Amino acid sequence: MLLKTLTELNGTSGDEKEIRNLLKDELEPYVHSLTTDKIGNLIAQKYPHDQYEGPKVMVTAHMDEVALMITSISPDGFLKFKPVGGIDSRILVSKAVKINSSLGVIGAKAIHLQKPRERQQALNFEQLYIDIGAKSKEDAEKQVKIGDYAYFLTETETLGQGFLKGKAFDDRVGCYVLAELMKKDLPLNLVGAFTVQEEVGLRGASIAAFNVQPDFAIVIEGTISAHMLHVDEEGWVTEPGKGPAISIMDRETLYNPKLVQQVISLAEKNGVPYQLRRSNSGGNDAGRIHLSGGGVPTITISVPCRYIHSSASVLSEKDIEDTQRLVELVLTSLDELKY
Amino acid sequence: MQSAQSLSPKDFLIKLSENSGVSGYENSLAPLVIEEFKKLAVQVDTDSFGNIYAHRKGRMGKYKIMLAAHMDEIGLMVKEIDERGFLRFTTVGGVDPRILLSQEVIIHGKTPILGVIGSVPPHLSATDSDKAVKIDDMGIDVGLSLEKIKETISVGDVITFKRNTIDLLNGRMAGKSIDDRAGVVVMKVCLEELQKIHHNHDVIAVATTQEEVGLRGAITSTYTLNPDCAIAIDVTHATTPDTKGMVETELGKGPVIALGPNFHPVVYEELVRVAKENRLPYQINPIPGRSGTDAWAIQITQGGVPTGLVSIPLRYMHTTVETLDLQDVIQAGKLLAYFIAGLPEDLEEKICY
Repeated sequence: MLLKTLTELNGTSGDEKEIRNLLKDELEPYVHSLTTDKIGNLIAQKYPHDQYEGPKVMVTAHMDEVALMITSISPDGFLKFKPVGGIDSRILVSKAVKINSSLGVIGAKAIHLQKPRERQQALNFEQLYIDIGAKSKEDAEKQVKIGDYAYFLTETETLGQGFLKGKAFDDRVGCYVLAELMKKDLPLNLVGAFTVQEEVGLRGASIAAFNVQPDFAIVIEGTISAHMLHVDEEGWVTEPGKGPAISIMDRETLYNPKLVQQVISLAEKNGVPYQLRRSNSGGNDAGRIHLSGGGVPTITISVPCRYIHSSASVLSEKDIEDTQRLVELVLTSLDELKY
Repeated sequence: MQSAQSLSPKDFLIKLSENSGVSGYENSLAPLVIEEFKKLAVQVDTDSFGNIYAHRKGRMGKYKIMLAAHMDEIGLMVKEIDERGFLRFTTVGGVDPRILLSQEVIIHGKTPILGVIGSVPPHLSATDSDKAVKIDDMGIDVGLSLEKIKETISVGDVITFKRNTIDLLNGRMAGKSIDDRAGVVVMKVCLEELQKIHHNHDVIAVATTQEEVGLRGAITSTYTLNPDCAIAIDVTHATTPDTKGMVETELGKGPVIALGPNFHPVVYEELVRVAKENRLPYQINPIPGRSGTDAWAIQITQGGVPTGLVSIPLRYMHTTVETLDLQDVIQAGKLLAYFIAGLPEDLEEKICY
C-alpha cells in the first residue's frame, strides 16, 4: 500500500530524498515530465505544456515530516538532539527511533529515582537523549554523525475500524492523494508539486510556485484535529471521519471566501462530506503559494489527523477517499469556478 | 540433549518481553514459561496464585534452593468508556505518567485491540508544554464507534504497552517488561547450566506473580516451598546521564550482588566468592533497608529464609524502552548455577551465623 510505504519511509525537512525517490519511481510511467528543482521539490507535469489550454493548476503536498536532528554526542555515547519542525518534547519519552541504520531509544530516569516534584514537570529537549547502546563517543560515531536525523519507528497499521495509525501522515497523506491524482487522466494543464521544507517555514513552496507560475493552486494537507477526550467540541478544529477539511483561515492565509463558498457548494451538490477547518492556528504551503507572483487563488483541502507531529497519529481512511473525490471535483469543475 | 531444542536466552527474552502479563493477569504468559521450563526441569507446576515452579533434583535432595524472578509487568487498566468513544484508564504498578503520551497500547478486551494514547498537537498546546500531562487528562483512541467498543471492551480490562524489542549496539536490547522477564531468562540459563554440572541440593525456580503491586507471589510461593535458601533475581537501575550520583551499577559490567539487612551475609559472601573463583564479572549493590524485590518478602517467610539477590543492570526502568546488556543476563545465570553447585552437603552448617 503506497500510503504505508510513504509513511514508513523517513524524510524530514532538508532530507526528503527517500520520499522523492519513491514518488519518482511511482509516477514515472504516468506523467509527461518529472523534475527536481534547486531546493528539492519534485515537480510532475502531467502533459506537455501545450496539450491543454486553460488555466495551469498546481496541486501540492509536502514531502517532509517532523523529526529530530542529532546535535552532539556525549563522551559516554549518548546522542543529544533538537527538533526539526514543531514537536512537543512530552511525546518523545519512552519511544524508539531510527538513525541511519541504527535503532535507538529515548529513555527517562526511572520513576523510582524521581522526586515527587520532578513528576509534575515535563522533560524538555535539553534533558532528553537517545541511547543507541554505544559504549563511548567513538563507538557512537561509527554509526551516527552530528547532523544526522532520528525518526520515529512506527508501523502504519489499521486502528479499529476504518482508521489508520502511523507517523508522518502530515503530509504523506497529501503526497499519497496527489500521487494517485497524477496517475489519472484528467484533461487539464496539471502540475503536481511535491514540496520540501514545509515544517520549517513553507520554504519549498515558494520556489515551486515561482517556477510553475500557476493560475490556480490546491494544497493537500494532513491537518490538526484536537478531537480528543479532554477537549471540548469548540476546540476540536476538525473531526476525523467527518470528511475533508476546507480551510478558511490560518496563520499564513486568508482563503478567498467566494472560492471557499464555491468549493463548499460543489461538495454539497455532489454529496461529498466535508467540514470546515475551525481554527486560525497552524499554516501550510498555501501561505507562500497564494502570495507568489501577482497572487495565486489557492485553496487547502486537508485530511484531519489526530495527534499529528507525534509518533502515532490517527486518520480515517474514508476521509482520504473523500479528499480525493473533493480535489478531483474541484479540478473537473474549474471552468465553472469564479475566482 | 533437551537443551538443544530450547530457545536461546535472547529469543526467550524477546518472546517474554513482547508477550503480556500485567500483575494479576500473568496467565497469558504462563504457557510460554511452562513450555520452556519443561525442557529443563523434572516437573513444572503452578499454584492458585499463578506462580510457576520448575523443579530440578539435586544429588542429595535434602535441602531446597529457591530461585525467584517475577514475571508480571506494570500496565494500565480501563477505568471508563467515554461517550465519545475514548477510554479513560488507571495504572497497575508504578507507571510514570510522563512516558504515556503518544504511546501505543494493547487493550485486552474480548480480543486484543490496538490503541493510541492521544496528545494535543503542538500547534495548539505550546503554552503549557513545560507541565507533565496528568493521567486523568489522557485518553486512549481505539478507532472504534462507541457501540463497537462496548461489544469488545469492558471497564477493568487490562492494557499493556505495545513494543517490539529493539536491538541496540553491543548486544544491548530495549523493550518493555524486561523488568523482570530478564530474571526469568536468568533462571532458564541457570537451569540449563545445572544440567551440565553436579549439584547436591534440589533447585526450584519460581516465576512469581504480582511483584509490582507488593511482592505478593513471592509471599505465597515461598510459604509453599519453605526453602532452605533463596535467591531472588530482579533488575536494578543502571547509570545514565540523568542518574549521576544516584546510581553506581553499570550496564555490561556483570550481574549485581546485593548486600545489606535483606540478605544473609553468607549468601552474599558465597556469591562473591563464586564470581571471583569463576572469573565472572560482578558488581555489588549495598542496600541499607528495603530492597523492593521479592527478596524482601522471601526473607521473612515461615521461620525465615537465608536470602540473596542477584540483579541485572537496567536503564529506564518502568518505561517501554527498558535497556539491558544480554551478557549480564547470561553471566547471572552462570553465577547462580556455580553458586548452587558450590554449596556443601551440610547446607545448614554453611548458612548459619
